[in-house]
Amino acid sequence: MSDRGTEASRRDGAAHTLLVALLVSLVCSALVATAAVQLRPRQLKNEAVNKQRNILQVVDLLEEGKSIEELFKQVDAKVVELASGTYVEDIDAAEYDQHEAAKDPALSVPIPKELDIANIGRRATLANVYLVRDSGDEVQQIILPVYGPGLWSTMYGFIALEPDANTVVGLQFYEHEETPGLGDQVDNTQWRRLWRGKNIYNELGEPAIEVIRGKVTDATGSQHQVDGLSGATLTGRGVTNLLRYWLGEHGFRPYLERVGEGEG
Amino acid sequence: MSDTARDVLFDPLVDNNPVTVQILGICSALAVTTSLLPALLMCLALTSVAAFASASVSLIRHQIPNNIRIIVQITIIASLVIVVDQLLKAFAYETSKQLSVFVGLIITNCIVLGRTESYAMKHGVRMSLLDGIGNGLGYSLILILVATTRELLGAGTLMGIPVFRLSTEGGWFYPNGMMLLPPSAFFIIGLLIWLARTWKRAQVEQPDFRIQESVE
Repeated sequence: MSDRGTEASRRDGAAHTLLVALLVSLVCSALVATAAVQLRPRQLKNEAVNKQRNILQVVDLLEEGKSIEELFKQVDAKVVELASGTYVEDIDAAEYDQHEAAKDPALSVPIPKELDIANIGRRATLANVYLVRDSGDEVQQIILPVYGPGLWSTMYGFIALEPDANTVVGLQFYEHEETPGLGDQVDNTQWRRLWRGKNIYNELGEPAIEVIRGKVTDATGSQHQVDGLSGATLTGRGVTNLLRYWLGEHGFRPYLERVGEGEG
Repeated sequence: MSDTARDVLFDPLVDNNPVTVQILGICSALAVTTSLLPALLMCLALTSVAAFASASVSLIRHQIPNNIRIIVQITIIASLVIVVDQLLKAFAYETSKQLSVFVGLIITNCIVLGRTESYAMKHGVRMSLLDGIGNGLGYSLILILVATTRELLGAGTLMGIPVFRLSTEGGWFYPNGMMLLPPSAFFIIGLLIWLARTWKRAQVEQPDFRIQESVE
């Protein structure tokens, strides 16, 4: 009985408590640090490959059984200054991340209220673009990152255009948290197919692409319209707004004009 | 109180299931069960954390001062969860993105701390390890049942492989969108509890009080 008493009082004494707390913290932090440091390179590679997969997916270059890194060699990553639409060559395009830059006041600008139709807030001054070239080094497709709020979440995606900088090749959102079963149908392959061949700009050169409510009828303007997703009107409106912003004057428009004139 | 290794390992599957009997770990059971693959990964993560946490706590149980015992247990659990999270990000990147914060939330999962505090603090390393695995498996059993139901009825697929042909692709199956929303997991867990209690009458609790019969 007295043995147990002394054992308990030794165990609950201040010195022993501090010692145990210290040792447990040391062992645990060593364990966590080792895991984090050892696994870091692998995680970074996963993230990079994941991004490359998303880019390849929007232009349907993804092939079963081929390594993503191998397929991505067809894609030329560039950085563009949005305001002037010119390429920035002294930045490593593979390293540059415009979503990170948009959080840094030194690397981003606020979007003027009247232009911010998609409610994005700030954007990076420089943006990533990706070019797919054929064997003759001619640009086949231009892939632009686009993002903006849907109903619940910020949707991140890519839009791919033909060299005329107007005709859509594909649209793909790789990250969003829209309503399961309704808004999340922006991932739906059937729906994504509707985008192919649509035109972004009207005769005035304004972005006119639009996700409408219901089905597109053959009336005028259908070249710019895509069927709405039933039950996901607000997600569709988000898609319309973010595309119109990113393809507009404050977005990629200056760059696309240069590319369309063959100066890309 | 179960004593043999066999009991410790298998008791939590039905007779003392942490989810359906003790109603623990419900929040993650709602969140990660929209499809089977993330649910399986979550089961693996929770079972390994529960097993190693119980074993580690049991190993140093005679040294842990009484007044900081919960802090020590949580520190050990949190470290294990971070390690598991890092491993998932390195080796199962796609699925770990779907699990997002819920792996991190294993730290606050009542099952893990419940087992270290109520069992591992009083029992040997081997039995505590088995107890952790057993409770992890009990949780996993429920998660797998819920996730299978939800993915099959909500999307017509299992592990992402189409099982029913969807009406949108010319088939006969109209997916039930509600199955993909959190409330459906509540219904399914409720039904599972009902099933378990119909099978094992002993799980039915005595009512806390009885309404008095009318005398008139």
